[in-house]
Amino acid sequence: MSNSHLSPLRVPLVSEERSLGQLTEEICAPMERRPTRAWWVAFAIAFALLAIGVGMVAYEVSTGIGVWGLNKTVGWAFDITNFVFWVGIGHAGTLISAILFLFRQKWRTSINRAAEAMTLFAVMCAAVFPVIHMGRPWLFFWVFPYPNERGSLWVNFRSPLLWDVFAISTYFTISLVFWYVGLIPDLATVRDRAKGLRQKLFRVLSLGWTGSHRTWSRYETVYLLLAGLATPLVLSVHTIVSMDFATSIIPGWHTTIFPPYFVAGAVFSGFAMVLTLMIITRKVLGYEHLITVRHLENMTKVIIVTGGIVSLAYGTEVFIAWYSGNEYERFTFLNRAFGPYAWAYWTMVTCNVVSPHLFWFKKVRTSPAAIFVLSLVINVGMWFERFVIIVTSLHRDFLPSSWSMYTPTVIEVGTFIGTFGLFFTLFLLFTRVLPIISIGEVKSVLGFARGHSPAHEPSTHGEPRRHDTPEPIAAEVPSPVLVGLATRKDVAV
Amino acid sequence: MSSSVLIGYFDNEDKILDATRAAHQAGYPVHDVYTPYAVHGMDEAMGLRPSRLTYVCFAAGLLGGSLALALQLYTSVVSWPLNVGGKPFNSLPAFIPVTFELTVLFAGLITVAAFLARSRLFPGSRRLTLPRVTDDRFALVLGARQGEQAHHAVEDMLRRHGAVELSWKEMPS
Repeated sequence: MSNSHLSPLRVPLVSEERSLGQLTEEICAPMERRPTRAWWVAFAIAFALLAIGVGMVAYEVSTGIGVWGLNKTVGWAFDITNFVFWVGIGHAGTLISAILFLFRQKWRTSINRAAEAMTLFAVMCAAVFPVIHMGRPWLFFWVFPYPNERGSLWVNFRSPLLWDVFAISTYFTISLVFWYVGLIPDLATVRDRAKGLRQKLFRVLSLGWTGSHRTWSRYETVYLLLAGLATPLVLSVHTIVSMDFATSIIPGWHTTIFPPYFVAGAVFSGFAMVLTLMIITRKVLGYEHLITVRHLENMTKVIIVTGGIVSLAYGTEVFIAWYSGNEYERFTFLNRAFGPYAWAYWTMVTCNVVSPHLFWFKKVRTSPAAIFVLSLVINVGMWFERFVIIVTSLHRDFLPSSWSMYTPTVIEVGTFIGTFGLFFTLFLLFTRVLPIISIGEVKSVLGFARGHSPAHEPSTHGEPRRHDTPEPIAAEVPSPVLVGLATRKDVAV
Repeated sequence: MSSSVLIGYFDNEDKILDATRAAHQAGYPVHDVYTPYAVHGMDEAMGLRPSRLTYVCFAAGLLGGSLALALQLYTSVVSWPLNVGGKPFNSLPAFIPVTFELTVLFAGLITVAAFLARSRLFPGSRRLTLPRVTDDRFALVLGARQGEQAHHAVEDMLRRHGAVELSWKEMPS
């Protein structure tokens, strides 16, 4: 709102004239009204998919992981592919909320809340796979180092799989805390509007937030610190995931390029998923003026960059396979491109290397429909990338006698579909119970505008449009509230 | 003996920034400012010192890192030395990932806990809020000097800076 943000060059972040009060109303509206028919339809579909997944997992756990299509040669396939896919999806959320925050990218304010929620849900989906792959998921706590009854046996800290345990659980915890800290002021806003049970609930959740600047000041410090902590965390998580492969000696896996390549791929697929979700959300909830085409456009630019890094990584891998003179490495890459899984390889190349270049065209970059289609294409491509890395490297190893093919079973496909159900069910519930756009943060960027815009003349600042004239506060607020302030313990005169 | 606080309501970030700066410079004790979002520049206007939570964060990170290294060295070298591919028991590079993760985990969780404790934010807190400050109003709460003239002076100052509403409250000192 500050006039210092006015500049003839600055493009507004919120494309329509809005007052602070109107923003509160708009962002809280989806939580406060009854769900629409479209929401119910979407929820029913997502929940049905989730039910399929639950059924598959129940069958798998009660029967054993023999129901998967894994064999002696391909011991990792659908589960680890889906695990890496979902962890990757999560990365864009933290990137938007932490890295763009550190880079002072104010356009993140409209999308960071939903993107962070997406991170949490994606990590939950990812966690499903290693846990059920254990075979005895009820003993999952064996992966943690705790004094146990098995003598002095400890977990092996030299194993990348154990690093994964720490990386993913830390990532989930910090993302959750970061998200919640960001939510506290908005929870207070909702609390102050709500009545009855909802008010009680939000009173507990908002932890007694009063909007005091002394608290805001500390809050900003903490938010900055968390962003600073989460930034290397994002990079470390996918680096560690890539080390699950890179520390092995399988041709096609044993490469030093994996950490940056995986991180770039994660951001690439994550941004595609944020776009998929945001394009639907802005349409369904009517937030086109908050999540503007400019937001979508900025994200597509990130996709061009990360897509470029991913393409470069593909090229480097092929080059090194040839240049190293290692015949096994060379064979693996020839087998990827021309072997029995060539269709998967070329799907990956088409989706990830070719399709992002369409975003160089401004027309494509600014058309939500085109972006939506391309974001889906990229998601498919990135799924295939993991499939290609894992299955094509494993199915033909050093010994031709152990070569075999892998086909997913119905159980595997059903479990994967089930995680989509879990993801969308959680996301749809999220749109109903919490403000999906950060109210406080968007308010702070309302004034980012061109100086000549009539929408941001000082005379209209802060005047709620819902009242034609600003009502005096004393008239609408009973005085006991103010007396209450005066008796508060934390106000010491 | 009781003293009064003056609550001035504003509808705009710039106005309350100016008013706070003026009040602080004129020597009125600024209790607090209540805003719907973090107003940048307010720290300086209120004369707040930078938060010391950064030190907490650093210490917590150090603690987490040390604990992680100690745990890994104890389990892998002392309690259950396991020969993995002929590598040394205290293979430090292999311990870096877990050390890093626990450093971040401790730093993050302890900093947030310190923030909540310092700001007295906890579930079930029943502090009363000023009207509309979580929506679209900005409130400046000033302690005031004694005397009717001083009251008028501070009221005038807030009005000059665009206060839309003023209210005096008595509170026990």
